[in-house]
Amino acid sequence: MAVRERLSGNEAVAYAIKQVNPDVMPAFPITPSTEIPQYVANYIANGQIDTEFIHVESEHSAMSATIGASAAGARAITATSSCGMALMWEELYVAASNRLPIVLALVNRALSGPININADHSDSMGARDSGWIQIYAESNQEVYDNFIQAFPIAEDQRVHLPVMVCQDGFITSHGVENILLVEDDKVKQFVGEYEPEHYLLNETERMAVGPYAVSNYYMETKRAQRQAMCSAREVILEVAARFEEMTGRKYSFFEEYQMEDAEYAVVIIGSAAGTCKAAIEEIRATTGKKVGLIKIRVFRPFPEEEIAKALSHVKSVAVMDRSEMFAATSGPLGAEVRAAMYQAHNTADVVNYFYGLGGRDITVSDFKKVYDNLEMIAKTHVVTEMYEYIGLRSAQSEEV
Amino acid sequence: MKDTVEIRWHGRGGQGAKTAALLLADVAFKTGKYVQGFPEYGPERMGAPITAYNRISASPITVHSNIYEPDYVVVVDESLLDSIDVTKGLNPKGAVIINSTRSKEEIEEHLHGYQGAVYIVDAKEISMKALGKNYPNSPMLAATVAVSKIMEREEFLAEMKASFQHKFAKKPEVIDGNMMALELAFKAAV
Repeated sequence: MAVRERLSGNEAVAYAIKQVNPDVMPAFPITPSTEIPQYVANYIANGQIDTEFIHVESEHSAMSATIGASAAGARAITATSSCGMALMWEELYVAASNRLPIVLALVNRALSGPININADHSDSMGARDSGWIQIYAESNQEVYDNFIQAFPIAEDQRVHLPVMVCQDGFITSHGVENILLVEDDKVKQFVGEYEPEHYLLNETERMAVGPYAVSNYYMETKRAQRQAMCSAREVILEVAARFEEMTGRKYSFFEEYQMEDAEYAVVIIGSAAGTCKAAIEEIRATTGKKVGLIKIRVFRPFPEEEIAKALSHVKSVAVMDRSEMFAATSGPLGAEVRAAMYQAHNTADVVNYFYGLGGRDITVSDFKKVYDNLEMIAKTHVVTEMYEYIGLRSAQSEEV
Repeated sequence: MKDTVEIRWHGRGGQGAKTAALLLADVAFKTGKYVQGFPEYGPERMGAPITAYNRISASPITVHSNIYEPDYVVVVDESLLDSIDVTKGLNPKGAVIINSTRSKEEIEEHLHGYQGAVYIVDAKEISMKALGKNYPNSPMLAATVAVSKIMEREEFLAEMKASFQHKFAKKPEVIDGNMMALELAFKAAV
């Protein structure tokens, strides 16, 4: 029987770490990191797990030490957030290109400046090209479930890539919600013992990690990384199927909510999807309008064909980004979804909204307005603002 | 009880309003409810105004926004009444529960014409009497449960006793005082 609990998102991830009992966790356990290393340090101090915790002097060192531990053959993890991740930047690429199956618990928060500590996807979206698999969550339940699934995905021989398991800062990381925990023995069995194939501490197979690659080799390395990311697709689905067998909870690249007959669709990542679901229920119950939602779970690799197929029958689409990329056009999700639709010759009207930057709240009534706009656009085929900020204070606004 | 009860807490950093919201989520969870308890974070510092929220429901909760039209508002620090419109968006069929030594009439002048029920709880007096110290959050928690009726009195007290016994396993002498604070506040708020 699953264990009924109520935990914050940070507590849920720390609990999953306790159940997995990884070999090594280097972390910088103060701001801008999360409470996750702090809770794990407690488990270690209480003798509940035997993970080697390495106190490092910065996030750059946290990722460096995680890379070292993983290359040596350990199951290695770390946790961070926001500017902490920005300081890991150089090492994120090193982890991915060395094909190290590291799992990173990331709490998505805004990057400076102005200084802000709240929910925002700028940190992980900026790292979307670093070669990491990225998995996002709507709720505490999902971040817990994703974290457990990350190990068999990362460590699969077809993949061998690091995975970042993302959740929205404060909204889920500090919010307490109901959660169903999987029993310890089942989690241990699900992730299994880590058996690295090639590792530095294997004295029967001498190897080097992270050498210089001249132009004659560099490009093949990148192609191999790409292949791993392609292969990750099937592995992610296989792991999700095994997870569903264990828990009954179904996961895929994305969740389709009321999409079967939807005419107007929102595509979104993270905790705001839950708020959108409430808006959908209300709209369908009061007006009968066919509104639906696609909630992206896996952003890297990007499920291009599947998204295009899921959107093939809709009249208009709002893609919603919780980060800017200052293209002066789309946000990161907006660009990907539009490209996917173009490839599939889907000519439904698409708008791209920016919302929730730096923790700006988004409400059920905001989503209702989004669906109103989508209906209007589908009727008139006139898109007045292809890129728009939602919830922005105007010069006339009385709100401060 | 409405399908989902929404509660907003106003306090100052360090007074335990966030802790009270999390405790309420805890105790409601133990009685089988779906719960959310979450703070709204600004620049964290002692004494700065903070807001915390609860959603409590018989069915799963998916909404992840703040609460703008709460059923109940709890004010842990009455000095906030001068700077914050605490009853903003508050359901007129709901109530505001305020920690104060002042009379209801005096307090009502600060409530921007709120038409719903107003409860005054002197949490400091209760806390001093029961614990000898000013910990306003436990009395305010009990008052909130009493007014909102999100659970029965006996159920609430039994759950709180169990959690105090766990929390204060190493200093059981404070359990009775904490229970007394809850019972006094429960009485004061009904």
